[in-house]
Amino acid sequence: MKLLDRLLHHQEPPSGEIARERLRLVLAHDRANISPGLLEVLKDEIIAVISRHVPIDPDGVQVTYTEGPRVNRLVADIPLRTERRVRR
Amino acid sequence: MSARVVTITSGKGGVGKTTVTANLGVALAMRGQRVVTIDADIGLRNLDVMLGLENRIVYDLVDVVEGRCRLRQALVRDKRLQELYLLPAAQTRDKSAVRAEDMVRICNELRESFDFLLVDSPAGIEQGFRNAVAPADEVLIVTNPEVAAVRDADRVIGLIEAEGKGPARLIINRLKPELVRRGDMLDTSAVIELLAIDLIGIIPEDEAVIMAANTGRPVAFTDNSPAGRAFHHIARRLMGEEVPFAPLKEPGLLERLFRWMRAEGEE
Repeated sequence: MKLLDRLLHHQEPPSGEIARERLRLVLAHDRANISPGLLEVLKDEIIAVISRHVPIDPDGVQVTYTEGPRVNRLVADIPLRTERRVRR
Repeated sequence: MSARVVTITSGKGGVGKTTVTANLGVALAMRGQRVVTIDADIGLRNLDVMLGLENRIVYDLVDVVEGRCRLRQALVRDKRLQELYLLPAAQTRDKSAVRAEDMVRICNELRESFDFLLVDSPAGIEQGFRNAVAPADEVLIVTNPEVAAVRDADRVIGLIEAEGKGPARLIINRLKPELVRRGDMLDTSAVIELLAIDLIGIIPEDEAVIMAANTGRPVAFTDNSPAGRAFHHIARRLMGEEVPFAPLKEPGLLERLFRWMRAEGEE
């Protein structure tokens, strides 16, 4: 059942959609003068600082730049490495 | 009457600035406007060949700037239309021969006798671009519906705003409706949304434009090509007329579903 297969599995978007998404990111970085390379540097430094105080999962850290209607922001998502408590 | 100075620029090269300038010049002149097209691309002049006037040039912009002739002597009149003129760029000089003040002075001198001065900017964001933008009352930005061209347009929009010459208006050139329908080209709404700028025209990809460049007779001379008609729409908008944008068909949800199911059947 290809139809079902296509419904269930994610399909590659058309290239125009990819162009739009790439442009959205490129323009955001151009306008803020924050390059993807700078985000990597920030990420490494954030990991170094935070992990001096709190155990974190360095592989899960994400630093992203987003454009909002009123304010543009840097968002750092830092997963903590805490003991898992299994709840039932 | 004082002319409006409209600068046509783009950031990226090869998107169609010169084609747009030549055709808007023709379309405006056909509508009774007195027009001078000015080639500000010193060292790489092209507007003359687009307009088919390359054999009639005696003096150029640099000759005017350096006082070797009067401004009027350098204007080449297009014999096909009442009031269309070309102020050619120098071909053998470098960009540094002209400064922003020179462009402002030349345009001010021409303002009295014309309705529109169309300045064809060089690509890039260097001195040549700044010279072209300096005399502008308004700026039109030409882009193609592709990532690199839109990105450069965004950069130029920012520079124009910083110069206090904004808000610029956008021309999307070489749009292929069939590719847009397939989802394989950026559509108009995506470009407008990303650049946050007003649209003044959409020129569809059209073989007639290539033939026109071959012969030196811009497509706007007749209205029997889609691109020619699109240039006249832009000319009318520049003259202050409200011209509705031809609804560029985007497939709706049902249509997309239908197409997708049909594509399914073909596999």
